[in-house]
Amino acid sequence: MTGPQPSPHLFAAALAATLVLHGCATASMPAPTPPARPDADRTARLEALYRARADSVRMTYHPADAHFMSGMIGHHAQALVMSGFAPENDASPTIQTLCARIINAQKDEIAVMQEWLRDRGLEAPEYHIEDGHLMIHGGAEHAMHMPGMLSPEQIEELRHARGSDFDRLFLAYMIQHHEGAVTMVHELFATNGAAQDDFVFKLASDIQADQGSEIARMQLMLDAMSPSN
Amino acid sequence: MNPSFRLRFAALPCLLALALMAGCASSDTFSFSPPDPDPRVGLEPGFFDAGEAIWNLRMVSTTPPPEEFVGRTNSDLAFTGDYAIQGNYDGIQIWDISDPRGPESVVTYVCPASQSDVSVHENLLFVSGEGLGGRLDCGGEGVQEAVSHERLRGIRIFDISDVRNPEYVANVQTCRGSHTHTVLKHPEDDENVYIYVSGSSSVRPAEELAGCSGLSPDEDPNSALFRIEVIRVPLADPQSAAIVSSPRIFEGLTAPERHGLSPADYRELEEARAEGAIIGSRRGTPRVLPDRMVTPMLDSIVAARGGSGAPTEADRAALQEMLDERMAAEQAAMAEAAADEEPGPGPTQCHDITVYPAIGLAGGACGGYGLLLDITDPGNPMRLAAVADSNFSYWHSATFSNDGSKILFTDEWGGGGAPKCRYDDPYEWGANAIFTIEEGEMIFKSYYKLPAAQTSLENCVAHNGSLIPIPGRDIMIQGWYQGGISLIDWTDPENPFEIAFHDRGPLLPDRMRSAGSWSVYWYNGLIVNSEIARGLDIFELVPSEVMTQNEIDAANSVTLTQLNSQGQPIFEWPATFALARAYVDQLERWNGLPESRIDWARGRLDAAEGAMGDERGEILDELAGSLEAMAGRAGDPEKVADLVDAVRGLGDEM
Repeated sequence: MTGPQPSPHLFAAALAATLVLHGCATASMPAPTPPARPDADRTARLEALYRARADSVRMTYHPADAHFMSGMIGHHAQALVMSGFAPENDASPTIQTLCARIINAQKDEIAVMQEWLRDRGLEAPEYHIEDGHLMIHGGAEHAMHMPGMLSPEQIEELRHARGSDFDRLFLAYMIQHHEGAVTMVHELFATNGAAQDDFVFKLASDIQADQGSEIARMQLMLDAMSPSN
Repeated sequence: MNPSFRLRFAALPCLLALALMAGCASSDTFSFSPPDPDPRVGLEPGFFDAGEAIWNLRMVSTTPPPEEFVGRTNSDLAFTGDYAIQGNYDGIQIWDISDPRGPESVVTYVCPASQSDVSVHENLLFVSGEGLGGRLDCGGEGVQEAVSHERLRGIRIFDISDVRNPEYVANVQTCRGSHTHTVLKHPEDDENVYIYVSGSSSVRPAEELAGCSGLSPDEDPNSALFRIEVIRVPLADPQSAAIVSSPRIFEGLTAPERHGLSPADYRELEEARAEGAIIGSRRGTPRVLPDRMVTPMLDSIVAARGGSGAPTEADRAALQEMLDERMAAEQAAMAEAAADEEPGPGPTQCHDITVYPAIGLAGGACGGYGLLLDITDPGNPMRLAAVADSNFSYWHSATFSNDGSKILFTDEWGGGGAPKCRYDDPYEWGANAIFTIEEGEMIFKSYYKLPAAQTSLENCVAHNGSLIPIPGRDIMIQGWYQGGISLIDWTDPENPFEIAFHDRGPLLPDRMRSAGSWSVYWYNGLIVNSEIARGLDIFELVPSEVMTQNEIDAANSVTLTQLNSQGQPIFEWPATFALARAYVDQLERWNGLPESRIDWARGRLDAAEGAMGDERGEILDELAGSLEAMAGRAGDPEKVADLVDAVRGLGDEM
């Protein structure tokens, strides 16, 4: 293999020096051939076709898909509440990282699920979190009955836990919560006619894969915390 | 760690150069590293007319998808001869790319099933099916019943002896379908190929496919979880392809939840320590302690010695010594705890496996883990090592360096459908992680993430790519969905950096819709990009300060007859003057030989090329001998040795 090489900084500096010396040497190179592109009529036709197909796909969803999206918004929103406790409740850096990622990932997923529902003329649940209290409006009166949702008592317990007690409780409850999401995916896939839509299938599969991986990781983290630690 | 977006280059020297060169750089192929401000920021949205930014690449052509596949996701690529085979959620698209300025659509085969990732081996084409709507008869009506014998989830096999007329000859059903797959050709088995199926979706009911079980292995030893499927395909009789084993390569996985600090982290800690910071630890991992923690500790040390007033240097040293002892004790306790630990549940699947048959290894991107596998017995891959990383959400795919000493894993955070390259998304998340392979272990070195912030309208995360055979360097082209394509130099695993890119603005101006580079691979001098919505792009490298024409010519001297990126080919360079000159260029760029020797070597290579027969042989022989003699004193003796080999190779051609 190659020997030691300078860092990009030094490399960039060396380049700059070279450029100063030889800057004009290649200025006479011929202009490059522009890329071959499709003509504008054709691309306009294809773009119109894209939009027409996007519209028609919106007409062909299964009620179970809509139920899944609506319920998962409330489900994700509770994960935001749980993860949002971490900074105030003195969670360890590892748990803080985990929580930050859960918040980032699930906020994005909530947004695409809301958009999916609105695109189909359906009511998309809105959520508000104030001082760690979750309010859901519209669409998802059933959110609290989704598998894995924490009871109000469990949420209060987590709200008041601190430090390593919080870490342990958070992991146990988020495993329960994630397992509920995986169950929701299984129920969706077991419904006749559901998840034929690629978008729904991909979102549900991603939730299953991401949260399944996260359950395994959280279980390892929980195992590594001896009760005395 | 600072979670904010970090640029890898110091921009200042380039700005300086820009200022001095103003008026000179009239050709847009003249380029230097890196453009500042980054032209990828703020590109106009558009379908086929989006704003574009390009650096150190030339776009040869961009070709929209056939009407059948408009609005349907283009997926992975495989190559055979002059053809690029592009998967699509609704089937397979075959392009004749013999004229890269005008790829010709020769086959649009409608056969829906996501993801339709494709691979080739000789006259066979393999296609992954995972989605619930895939049908055995390729029909487009989907499969409405949750249990159905018309559903295809697994591998479809086509005979492409006549590539313009693919024939659907067989399929192999699997319990979790096939999200992706990997074709493994064992160097000593010419009668079969093996397919590793990475299924990451839910398990099918046993009523649909006998024997499938989604229970945990404790409850059912035949569970389809916690395993991959290995299909053996007899080349003479692909209809008898069948699953031959289901290795549980995850069993007993107890890797730590993160890989520890990077070399850069340790350097920063040492610098902080040298500047007088107090280093503490948490669960055995060192960190710089903030003043609010240090102050009371110092006060108590002062009090313990019966002193008063401000703490002295001796007090600080005493505190540091105490903290070092505590960290050592924490580390010992954690090592002991880890030794006693029961095996954790581990991952239940792999997303993707890259096999590198030439060295007998595979890299598995499996749930929360990156695995190194021994594949010398194709039906029984054995796990050699596993790494996990709290910054990695979902291990997606792997690429080895050509010499097998390094491995690069990607993290497909958000599954590829989410915008994970925004300015405030952490650099370590949804990135590449680079490891060296040392005595069967993987040692973390650094992260690389697309260094240009994208909008929230653009799905963006690390995705598929391949090596480009620039000799003596590890260069990889990689797709980042709507982040575009990025060319990375990761020769130094601790300092990967970008040397070329192409990017478009968002597909739509008002909402995020999936688009961008699913995968981009180098194939015989072309860089071919499967654009999810916009079709097929073809690029070429252009010479720049970071890559010379000789290096490009040497890369383009490598020819492949087929390519599946998940079955990594080993690159071997034919003896050419370009190869020797590429090494000379690199010795010049990185000061591996004195300037006078560079000029002399170039002169001798020119003379040899201009000479014929014995005279050429003599010049090359003399050049090789002289270089060999000076190698020991050179700045980069190993690269001089590579140059000697290249020159001798030219001589042997005589």
